[in-house]
Amino acid sequence: MQEILNIFVKSIFIDNMIFAYFLGMCSYLAVSKTVKTAMGLGLAVTFVLTITLPVNYLLETKVLQKGALQWLDPSFVDMDLSFLSFIMFIAVIAAMVQLVEMVVEKFAPALYSALGIFLPLIAVNCSILGGSLFMQERAYENIGQATVFGFGSGIGWLLAIVAIAAIRERLKYSHVPAPLRGLGITFIITGLMGIAFMSFMGIKL
Amino acid sequence: MSTEKPAKEALFSKKNRSLLTDPLNVNNPITVQVLGICSALAITVKLKPAIVMGLSVLVVTIMANLITSLMRNMIPNRIRIIVQLVVVAALVILVDQVLKAFVYDVSKQLSVFVGLIITNCIIMGRIEAFSLGNTPWKSVLDGFGNGAAYGGILIIVAFFRELLGNGTLMDYPVVEWMGLYDLGYKNNGMMLLPPMALIVVALIIWVQRAKTPSLIEKD
Repeated sequence: MQEILNIFVKSIFIDNMIFAYFLGMCSYLAVSKTVKTAMGLGLAVTFVLTITLPVNYLLETKVLQKGALQWLDPSFVDMDLSFLSFIMFIAVIAAMVQLVEMVVEKFAPALYSALGIFLPLIAVNCSILGGSLFMQERAYENIGQATVFGFGSGIGWLLAIVAIAAIRERLKYSHVPAPLRGLGITFIITGLMGIAFMSFMGIKL
Repeated sequence: MSTEKPAKEALFSKKNRSLLTDPLNVNNPITVQVLGICSALAITVKLKPAIVMGLSVLVVTIMANLITSLMRNMIPNRIRIIVQLVVVAALVILVDQVLKAFVYDVSKQLSVFVGLIITNCIIMGRIEAFSLGNTPWKSVLDGFGNGAAYGGILIIVAFFRELLGNGTLMDYPVVEWMGLYDLGYKNNGMMLLPPMALIVVALIIWVQRAKTPSLIEKD
């Protein structure tokens, strides 16, 4: 239990997808103009991360890893399919996003039209594939840990995008040097927030 | 394409040249189009991984643009994203295997970021915006321009971060040779931390927009 809690807190604050690894920066910069849409996208990313990570975890441990196919036949003990992991992960993610898109379109048409093009583009949000690749690299022990890691990373991403959206709403009233307006100042603020988040780095969990 | 003139266009006509040079400044993928920042910033601590990453992305952009442009009339619109992803993922697997075979240490440093080339917005963005509607040769030029511009920014950022943060360039101790340490100069360890990459990019944006006022955002 404590292990799971550790992973959760760690993935939100210490290994924050945006501030520590810059994953998902494209939609982070493009959709952070208002808090409302930022919130919607953040929730969608959290949801997709939470459902793709367990699927990709199973794929990784039961199919792709060296010797993972032993459950099928003992003679597969030397089979190593890990070079296929990129294409398998991205296929799972694209399929899941398609599924989420259909569900949202059917049951929440308002949210669907608010998110617009960014819903299908979650498939190419680096934080989703990044989550799966970090899961592969860090070799979590069981499917529960992988799921919690996905959920926590999603929450961390949500926090980051909502925070920057709130700051950008306020930024309209300040005098930023003309060449820095818009993109430039957003980069600098993200950098400063990243420095603030680094205060979590010393914490050992 | 019906709009194309039957007369053959020169390989490096003015229009084609601008495909190559526009991304370097007025249409820069990182500082203007805001694409591909995801995997860009975390690998700019040192010059060498940044160069390897830039080259990998260059190769993938050119090849992905070429392949999707060749297939552009065959891909049904509804499933185009997944077709693009498969093409890009296949190319990235090739790049990953090549890196593992020839520059294993750099490949270890880049870790998950090689895989993340798949979701690098530059590649998907250029496929969506350009190569699905243009001839293969133009797409290759466009891919080359954007890939090179991306690599250029990476190298600039990595140059400053490695020089100021570590006092080295490509692992050669430049600052030590110049004897600056004896004069009391100290490396700024802050430059090695991830947030500084964002601030360096912001400074690049600042310089670029101050020089090209047409890029300044109205708000």
